[in-house]
Amino acid sequence: MNDTVTPAVPPGLRSRSLLPDTEARLKLRKKRARRDRNSRWGITAAGFGVVFALAMIFVYLFYEVFPILKGATVTPQADYALPVTQATHQHLILERYEELGIQYTENGQVTFFEADTGAVRHQVSLDLPDETEITSFTHSEVIGGVTAQGLSNGQIIITRHAFDLSFPQDRRVIAPRIEYPFGANPIQVDQDGKAIQHLAVETVTRGSGGSLIAAITEDQRLILTHLTTRTNMMTGETTANTRQVTLTDVPAAPVKMLLDKALRNLFITDNRGYIHHYDVSDLNTARKVASINAGNGQNITAIDFLVGSVSLIIGTEKGELSQWFLVRDENNQFNLTRIREFKSHNAAITVITPEYTRKGFLAGDADGYLGIHYGTSARTLYLKKQADAPIKDLAISQVNGRILVLDDQNRLQVASLWNRHPQLSFSAMWNKVWYEGRGAPDYIWQSSSGSDEFESKFSLVPLSVGTLKAAFYAMLFAMPLAIAGAIYTAYFMTPKLRGIVKPSIEIMEALPTVILGFLAGLWLAPFAEDNLPAVFSFFILMPVMMLLFAFIWSKLPLRKIVPDGWEAALLAPVILLFGYVCIIASPWIEIWFFNGSMRQWFTDIGVTYDQRNALIVGIAMGFAVIPTIFSIAEDAVFTVPRHLTQGSLALGATRWQTVMGVVIPTASPGIFSAVMMGFGRAVGETMIVLMATGNSPVVNFNIFEGMRTLSANIAVELPETAVGSSHFRVLFLAALVLLALTFIVNTIAEIIRQRLRARYSNL
Amino acid sequence: MKAWFKSGSPWIWLNGGAVAFCMIMVVGLIGLIAVRGFGHFWPADIVKVEITQPDGSRQVVMGEIVRPQTITAAVARDGGRTDIPEGMDLITRYLLKQGNKDQTSNDFAWYFELGMGEFQYPKDAYQIERREWGNFYGQPVALVRSGEVIARPAETNFWSTLQESINRSLALHKEIRGIEKGEIGQMNAQIERLRLDLRRLELRNPSAQERAQEEERIAAERARLDAEYAILRVELDKLYESTRRDTLVMRMSDDREVNISLATIVRVTAPNSMSVFGKAGQYIERLWEFLTDVPREANTEGGIFPAIFGTVTMVFVMSIMVTPFGILAAIYLREYAKQNMMTRIIRISVYNLAGVPSIVYGVFGLGFFVYFLGGSIDKLLYEAALPTPTFGTPGLFWASLTLALLTLPIVIVSTEEGLARIPSTIRQGSLALGATKSETLWKVIVPLATPAMMTGLILAIARAAGEVAPLMLVGVVKLAPTLPVDATFPFIHLDRKIMHLGFHIYDVGFQSPSAEAARPLVYATALVLVLLIVILNLTAISIRNRLRERYRSASD
Repeated sequence: MNDTVTPAVPPGLRSRSLLPDTEARLKLRKKRARRDRNSRWGITAAGFGVVFALAMIFVYLFYEVFPILKGATVTPQADYALPVTQATHQHLILERYEELGIQYTENGQVTFFEADTGAVRHQVSLDLPDETEITSFTHSEVIGGVTAQGLSNGQIIITRHAFDLSFPQDRRVIAPRIEYPFGANPIQVDQDGKAIQHLAVETVTRGSGGSLIAAITEDQRLILTHLTTRTNMMTGETTANTRQVTLTDVPAAPVKMLLDKALRNLFITDNRGYIHHYDVSDLNTARKVASINAGNGQNITAIDFLVGSVSLIIGTEKGELSQWFLVRDENNQFNLTRIREFKSHNAAITVITPEYTRKGFLAGDADGYLGIHYGTSARTLYLKKQADAPIKDLAISQVNGRILVLDDQNRLQVASLWNRHPQLSFSAMWNKVWYEGRGAPDYIWQSSSGSDEFESKFSLVPLSVGTLKAAFYAMLFAMPLAIAGAIYTAYFMTPKLRGIVKPSIEIMEALPTVILGFLAGLWLAPFAEDNLPAVFSFFILMPVMMLLFAFIWSKLPLRKIVPDGWEAALLAPVILLFGYVCIIASPWIEIWFFNGSMRQWFTDIGVTYDQRNALIVGIAMGFAVIPTIFSIAEDAVFTVPRHLTQGSLALGATRWQTVMGVVIPTASPGIFSAVMMGFGRAVGETMIVLMATGNSPVVNFNIFEGMRTLSANIAVELPETAVGSSHFRVLFLAALVLLALTFIVNTIAEIIRQRLRARYSNL
Repeated sequence: MKAWFKSGSPWIWLNGGAVAFCMIMVVGLIGLIAVRGFGHFWPADIVKVEITQPDGSRQVVMGEIVRPQTITAAVARDGGRTDIPEGMDLITRYLLKQGNKDQTSNDFAWYFELGMGEFQYPKDAYQIERREWGNFYGQPVALVRSGEVIARPAETNFWSTLQESINRSLALHKEIRGIEKGEIGQMNAQIERLRLDLRRLELRNPSAQERAQEEERIAAERARLDAEYAILRVELDKLYESTRRDTLVMRMSDDREVNISLATIVRVTAPNSMSVFGKAGQYIERLWEFLTDVPREANTEGGIFPAIFGTVTMVFVMSIMVTPFGILAAIYLREYAKQNMMTRIIRISVYNLAGVPSIVYGVFGLGFFVYFLGGSIDKLLYEAALPTPTFGTPGLFWASLTLALLTLPIVIVSTEEGLARIPSTIRQGSLALGATKSETLWKVIVPLATPAMMTGLILAIARAAGEVAPLMLVGVVKLAPTLPVDATFPFIHLDRKIMHLGFHIYDVGFQSPSAEAARPLVYATALVLVLLIVILNLTAISIRNRLRERYRSASD
């Protein structure tokens, strides 16, 4: 349309027209279209990005938790003939860096070989006395590397393998060697010089120290020798002190002898499936305590301690595997008790090799199957055919990354192992577990300790119970207050007061929980402890006092001045006054009814009272939850269509009847969703429970005891754990559980709320 | 009575009581924090009292009364006071802050009123705030300079001489700190940079000539820094020597005399001889110090400036990240996404994420941001510094990012609400005039929805400022040696750890060795945090209310 105006204008002026020409307009239109498109794409990308980032939370948490579910994987790496086959094989070891294998053989040789190829790196021959031969062999707990050879002349040789590490040119070089912790000379265990048929050696390093050697001679005597060594600081010379006792109460056909690390218990298996338990804590009173039919008709073909030498793993000729340990009964007697079974192999168990730092073990059987099992969780992580011939020996490295499998045909297999999280299983986390040293199965959360041999206790039950306990008491406090308050604010209160109450409740919601937690822990907890009667009388008598005041008020002529809807304001001074009276009266109540101290009275009647307890958490967390419930419930009640209530009132119902008969039934889904939201908040709250409880993972609902919740547990333990460890992943699992739980609860609440809104608009 | 019950009005009263109780709790809580928090700075009088013990011995104690408490006699008897007469049911005891932790080792103690003499308020009782060992309470004996007594309390100019000397030592202290923090700090940063240069050189493996050159440069640089350091060291030693010139001799309540070097003194006051105005002045001074000074004595004394600064910086960085993404996501959900089932699910999910426990975000932040992203960044960009992690460890950036994720739903919900409130007539009007969708959006709708976005952002800030649980995992520490913003390049150090008001409350209140000594400071810190959050929320509420008015008029 510009063209119709322009013809009269001279060509020179035409370009100076203020209106854009076609080309410019086209350009402009393109530019605008481009901008529109860019804006659309940009916003869509950002929108997707945000949704993706939020979805990422789920995905990532699951990704971190996922490895828990995986079993073990074994990947064969190499396969070669055993380095030494001329003499009978005794024992196989794989060292810490998974580089060297160690083989003990019955000709007194120790062979260090490359685990990758089987090439011999170093060989040591033990210095045997003339005209003797090795008649028995034992090793103490593998991590110490101590082994002992029993000789035909009643002597034994104790050795230890060790490694020197050096890093020339930043490369690790391991130089193996053999040490003699008790001196190079053989120790004369049997003064009669009889051959030693069975042997067990163990050393204590803690306390007074010392070693115990148990030996069974060919003429069926059990000789216990206690050795204490002292190294002279000046000369470096080692002198040994020995004490000996001989027992004759020896099983007919002993097969294997095991001595625990505390030097208290000795176990001897025989060829009938029995385990004979000896108490050797004091040599002078050493005796046989009991003979247990552990095999139950089957022969015990393999037995070994788990790390820490508390639990025995027993393998039978039918391939059954079970765990046993000593349990103390009411009479303070220790009984060897069958704790749990593992998945059975199909053939006789030939060898059991414990892991070094965890309660797991490898088991090999006569069919060539390799089993990887774990004590605490009773999990079988791997059970597959590993060799064509029966398995003769197994070795695992200290870091559980590589294994050696030796079969009957003297073929040695090297395989890498992935077995990161055997401790965790559904039953280990949610069922009662019988932990070592406990009298009965129990729910325990105790994730770490100073010792390597510690059995991690990852029961999520105490934490879940604690979470529910905290949420329960918080809801108990918050629900009546918030719902009653919401109904009153939405339906009865004057708009003037409502304009003050609503923002105040919003402020209440915004208060940082760290402040609530700190007040609960540092102010409320000591206050409640000092004024227990005041707290109880206040909460129990307060409603009565309110009703009393309301009744008196209804009789007063004064009530005409104050219109309806101001009841809350009138009650505020009553509550304050009554609270004050309660505090003043508190010590007198203690003197009159509780012998001067209510807290002491609780202790006397057998109720545990912690200063920071569920009562405090209930009040503090209730405070945090009230605004959540209040806002949503108030909204639901307030938006009940007016014509419904007006109809009810017009039919002659009182205001309260209208509330009970019309308002609450209509708004109940909204109130329910408010409660759900409040519950979701109470379940995940961290700081309040962290600060207002003692954080002890107990399993009970006592209002005067503390608890430890999932969220507080994460806050306390996550900064301390090793990245990628089982403990780390359990904490991620706890976070995932919290996320899923609150997400589901909130979603249900939100859906109910949206339905309700749709219903209101239809009414 | 029966009729009254039947009318239902008792239940209405009970419901009203619930509201009243909630209101009392809110007001009471804020009031409690305000009273305790503000009260902390008011100079308390120092009492001196003689106590006769049950065995007849006498003891004089001096200090501030923290609080009296009335307990039942039975509790006191359980606590070891067997001398309480039979007829007595209740007994009052006083908690006394008697300071002098280095001398007596119990700086807080309860004393029963039994056998207590009259409270005295000696005019010359001094409260000395020290850099170490907390407060000292006592009466002055003399001021000593280089071994000679220069002033006695009896002399009229004693107080002014003392204050003069203290001001001098404070000035010296400030100078020393300036040198240590400023110049030596910068020198350390340079030395660290040189070390990294050297390490980088090794990783890069350049030609021999280049390597030699570079190594030479580094060695020269290092030598220069060492020389500079030696000069500074001498200067510092001189200053330190100078601060040790004056000593104040004080007498404790048990008549022992103690020498206190002025180098360790922060402030000397004599509250008993102060007028109300003097106390008010002192109050403002202490309040100011609290807000602007660094913490002392494992955070139980001094100020909270690093915590305030850390909180503000973190919230600031978080806002920069959360605002654009939150707003864009909300615009997408409301304006661009097809309003189908999928969008509904996404919307509900986003809303629900606002209700997910904050610790879950912390766990995610630690695992994903710190270990995964941070670890990758370190490998790519900060290889030289490894194995010391730069971003692979909790820090400001990760804390802000985690909180941004946490507050994203708040911003989205608020912005969406704002967009939904805009009458469709306005939108249609703009489109009818030929504007494209993006023009309508950016020139008409977004400006109208700005207040809603502001509300969302303010609520997000308020939430972030008060959140502690996730921060414990992703970057907040009890004592950060440096602020996250300073004069060294790149000025904002996103990898540094920060202090935070909320965490400060948790740490000082629950992890400090002396809970009693820390308590007033926790209340004061809580007050600062509550004020910050209440102000932010009230602002948000008022903006929202004004917004509603505006749309009411727009839609009419």
